[in-house]
Amino acid sequence: MSTDLQFERPLLELRAKIDELKKFTEEKGIDFSEEVEKLEDKAQELEKTIYGELKPMQRVQMSKHAGRPTTLDYIRGLTTEFIELHGDRNFRDDPALVGGIGRIAGLPVTILGHQKGRNTKENVFRNWGSAYPEGYRKAMRLMKQAEKFGRPVVCLIDTAGAYPGAAAEERGQAEAIATNLITMAGLRVPIVCVVTGEGGSGGALGLGIGDRVYMLENAYYSVISPEGAAAILLRDASQAARAADLLKLTSNDLLEFGIIDDIIKEPLGGAHRDPDNVIAGVKQVVSNTVVELSKIPVDTLLQMRYDKYRSMGHFTETTIE
Amino acid sequence: MLKEIFNKKNRYATLSSSDLAARREMIPEGIMTKCKNCGELLLTKELEKNLKVCPQCGYHFPFSAPERLTLTLDEGSFVEYDATMASLNPLQNPDYMQKVEKSQAASGLQEAIVTGEGTISGNPVVIGVMDARFILGSMGSVVGEKITRAVERAIDKRWPVVLFCASGGARMQEGIFSLMQMAKTSAAFNRLSEAGLLYISVLTNPTTGGVSASFAMQGDFNIAEPGAYIAFAGARVIEQTIREKLPDDFQSAEFLVKHGMLDKVVPRKELTQMLASLLDLHKEARLGVN
Ligand SMILES: [Zn+2]
Repeated sequence: MSTDLQFERPLLELRAKIDELKKFTEEKGIDFSEEVEKLEDKAQELEKTIYGELKPMQRVQMSKHAGRPTTLDYIRGLTTEFIELHGDRNFRDDPALVGGIGRIAGLPVTILGHQKGRNTKENVFRNWGSAYPEGYRKAMRLMKQAEKFGRPVVCLIDTAGAYPGAAAEERGQAEAIATNLITMAGLRVPIVCVVTGEGGSGGALGLGIGDRVYMLENAYYSVISPEGAAAILLRDASQAARAADLLKLTSNDLLEFGIIDDIIKEPLGGAHRDPDNVIAGVKQVVSNTVVELSKIPVDTLLQMRYDKYRSMGHFTETTIE
Repeated sequence: MLKEIFNKKNRYATLSSSDLAARREMIPEGIMTKCKNCGELLLTKELEKNLKVCPQCGYHFPFSAPERLTLTLDEGSFVEYDATMASLNPLQNPDYMQKVEKSQAASGLQEAIVTGEGTISGNPVVIGVMDARFILGSMGSVVGEKITRAVERAIDKRWPVVLFCASGGARMQEGIFSLMQMAKTSAAFNRLSEAGLLYISVLTNPTTGGVSASFAMQGDFNIAEPGAYIAFAGARVIEQTIREKLPDDFQSAEFLVKHGMLDKVVPRKELTQMLASLLDLHKEARLGVN
């Protein structure tokens, strides 16, 4: 199964050619080093053109790449002594949203996130990272537990959206997310959120209210998928790339809007090119933030959290003389 | 304060202009209106007298914000908040402003919600009423800000909040800013709740998406009008993406009550009395609370 993205194919083809020439040099003893050098220069240039200014839709494709680290990969890298915990105590355990406790920077934390699979079989089990209400209710249970024991909460966001199915509706998807939002707004421990891949609408926000919200460079965060926006805003589902431009959903856009606090860099070509490097980057940011926020008195922290969301929005008012 | 003087002057400006707009909707069918549910031809005048509920089958026709305020609040008690607040175009969406202007002209409203204060059977309340005629009642920055300010005023006054929801969800044209209104309003309602104050959410047709997944479902009481369509994901989305066959009453108010997601379905005719009763039950001194 090829996991290459279409827009990077010219580069990958060039790389394959370079490898071939190198192999030729070794095996046949014919010297192609000059050609190889030329092609490598060209490859570097191409790399800069392709990855240097990724279009919003290309970033969306990258954010969904099957080779990106998943939430459990991050958790393994970020924490020590991690213990996974299961179930919402009402209906069942939702494998699309995982959580547990562990240590980050020596401090006990509760860590939660949407969990995607690496292949079709895993994705069937994980429901492609789209949680049911019981997933959000498990998250809420673990957040209340964190509050009880004074542990910071870390949320890793990577979902196309909350699951839009009949059973999810019956069991109250709307109510489950609504309850998470009001709970997270007032949770008396620090909350750090990282959008690691897909930040799909209410399903992402259901783990997304925090004192700090970070995004990986190629992650997206949007009220609706580009495909959905194309159908609704442009009345043409094939215009997803144009819709992605209109939605302003990249990490750069959101930082500029003041919706997120910072961007965590990815290696050239995306997180899947060097997962360990990306996990280390996330670890550093999350560790520093958890330590920093833990020093702030909780009432100050809650006021800051309120003010952060209070200021989001653009409107105009006519004042009367 | 200047703001109060302004509010007084404009007290009924919104009401009268959009009452006209609401009636205009009925004109094509003239003196008769066809029930969308049972098909019965009804005298428009009689239908309005019956609070826009079909006397044959009980179908609840859409109710505008001005109609709702007139029905719910004691006569002359309404004072509007933030009447001049209007949308900007944070994403520079090429069609958005035109859409807003068209909705303003058609509805006579400035935005998809009217907020303010008044009394219900003598009980003071902060009230918000969404209007589905305005870009499907969708929530952008203005809706989020007006609700948040209304809730903050309720906390200052120590008054209950009654909110009538009618919304297709987040306003796509405002992108991430519309999504963040879910967070902002939730933070405000969390403060209201922590202050020990009452919030009654009334879900009317339709309440979906980002509105159902935030303040609509955060009431101490979540009640709905009969037949109201209430959903997170729309039935069409579910059918298209999942290819599941849905039951006939799927996502109706009655379906949600049956599945434990709402407190009650209350017909429009009984709604004001129900609100008055709930408000009455919460105004006595409470044990353990000063
Ligand atoms: Zn009828």
